[in-house]
Amino acid sequence: MNIQAVKVIYQHEMMRTWNTIFQSIASPVLSTSLYFIVFGSAIGSRMQSIDGVPYGSFIVPGLVMLTLLTQSIANASFGIFFPKFSGTIYEVMSAPLSHFEILLGYVGAAATKSFIIGGIILATSGFFVDLQILHPVWMISFLILTCISFSLFGFIIGLWADNFEKLQLIPLLVITPLVFLGGSFYSVDMLPAFWQKVTLFNPVVYLISGFRWSFFGISDVSVGMSLAMILLFLAICLAIVAWMFKTGYRLKS
Amino acid sequence: MKNIISIKNLCKTYNTGHEALKNINLDIKEGEILALLGPNGAGKTTLISTICGLVSPSSGKITVDGFDIIKNYRETRSRIGLVPQELSIAAFDKVFETLSFSRGLFGKKPNKGYIEQLLKDLSLFDKKDNELRALSGGMKRRVLIGKALSHEPRILFLDEPTAGVDVELRKDMWKIIDRLRKSGVTIILTTHYIEEAEEIADRVGVISGGKLLLIEEKKDLMQKMGQKQLIIELKKSISSIPESLTSYDLSLSNNGLFLSYRYDTRGERTGITTLMKAINNSELELKDIQTKQSSLEDIFVNLVKESA
Repeated sequence: MNIQAVKVIYQHEMMRTWNTIFQSIASPVLSTSLYFIVFGSAIGSRMQSIDGVPYGSFIVPGLVMLTLLTQSIANASFGIFFPKFSGTIYEVMSAPLSHFEILLGYVGAAATKSFIIGGIILATSGFFVDLQILHPVWMISFLILTCISFSLFGFIIGLWADNFEKLQLIPLLVITPLVFLGGSFYSVDMLPAFWQKVTLFNPVVYLISGFRWSFFGISDVSVGMSLAMILLFLAICLAIVAWMFKTGYRLKS
Repeated sequence: MKNIISIKNLCKTYNTGHEALKNINLDIKEGEILALLGPNGAGKTTLISTICGLVSPSSGKITVDGFDIIKNYRETRSRIGLVPQELSIAAFDKVFETLSFSRGLFGKKPNKGYIEQLLKDLSLFDKKDNELRALSGGMKRRVLIGKALSHEPRILFLDEPTAGVDVELRKDMWKIIDRLRKSGVTIILTTHYIEEAEEIADRVGVISGGKLLLIEEKKDLMQKMGQKQLIIELKKSISSIPESLTSYDLSLSNNGLFLSYRYDTRGERTGITTLMKAINNSELELKDIQTKQSSLEDIFVNLVKESA
């Protein structure tokens, strides 16, 4: 195992975060605060509570997930896309590094960064609403699993994209709608029966539901189902990455 | 001298169907400087990239220091440093950081002293905290060399090291290469500047159209392939070659003031003695005589033409 290499890739990626601290941390905090002001306070004060949870608190898990998903994808995809774009990837590809070590460095750093942002957003939300966390261990586990799976997904997008437009395409056109329609701001059983069924095909529903359960003990789908879906998504991403490395997809001719 | 790199029956066909390497067989000796000469698109970069692990071979076998480049990639890659042709750098990294990054990537523990010395050797020390994007093209090239040497490799690949480099840097680069050779590093460089190969290489390989046309000690190559030219300057110009000399392979130039005679140093008989006798009898008056050794460039052009 080339520990030194994993360390330098990880540190290099984390350093990028500190160098762009405003963009990396301040902007998600700001946008989340805006959500709280608009949805939590302005609109939320006129909403009735959902399953006994005040609306302002109810949206916290969804908001954390929203940011976590977009940040994980953005960090990881950019982290691998940029060296590809600038050509510096040659060095990583010619180094005595296994595929797993490359992943550990890049995806590890992207996931860490998202995890930190997730924590900051939770702390920020504490200023706006009362937070209770019924199952903290599960909460942290869901957080970590989501950070890792979606950083992996971002890594795949970064490998696949061969221009900046493609890099933005999936987060914008796929992830944002899935998150908004995944029950971030409402409970699935508030939907008409037909749309309740449709929504079950949205993987983000399971993520948000499980995560919300760890806070309030209420969920749209069973917790076991949520966990299984995250693990399934993780496994699919790992399989795709493994295939990409094996075939040298857009990395090696 | 033992072989540090051994290439057997290496072929590479890209997905586009382009056959970049056709059955390359090549042994590279430890501690030598090997220059790979060839026109653009000859396959030089593909060959280097394959050894370094950037391109997958279609068939054939490559070993580095006895290790297979695919099965034992960790062993082979940790011994190799690569300076690519393109100036690919992480624009926002700082000089010292980027060298340390490279060192770590190749599995070596941080060593501030070594990196600092390397920066001094490359005249980069005063720039160590500068961002790479702020450096000139020549400085970026030095940084790339520094990155390649940061993990103390035993083999250094330089892909077109002097493309777009000014005279001063080129001289510096030869000094660095000379120092590396003295420390026992094997150096393989590609170039299409023949003077470069002529100046520093121990051996020269010529690649064209994906084939290794020849690999020779530089001095043998120049001796073996070297044609010489005997140039005879006349006192008075002549309009045509005198009849008594037409049996010799002579050509007239400079408005009939120069007679030149091509001969092969490999031949048992150069024909010079009889030619001189014939000239003596022809009543031509000579002003001067000189001989010229053909350069590596002439050899190269001949080879590539022959193979085309």
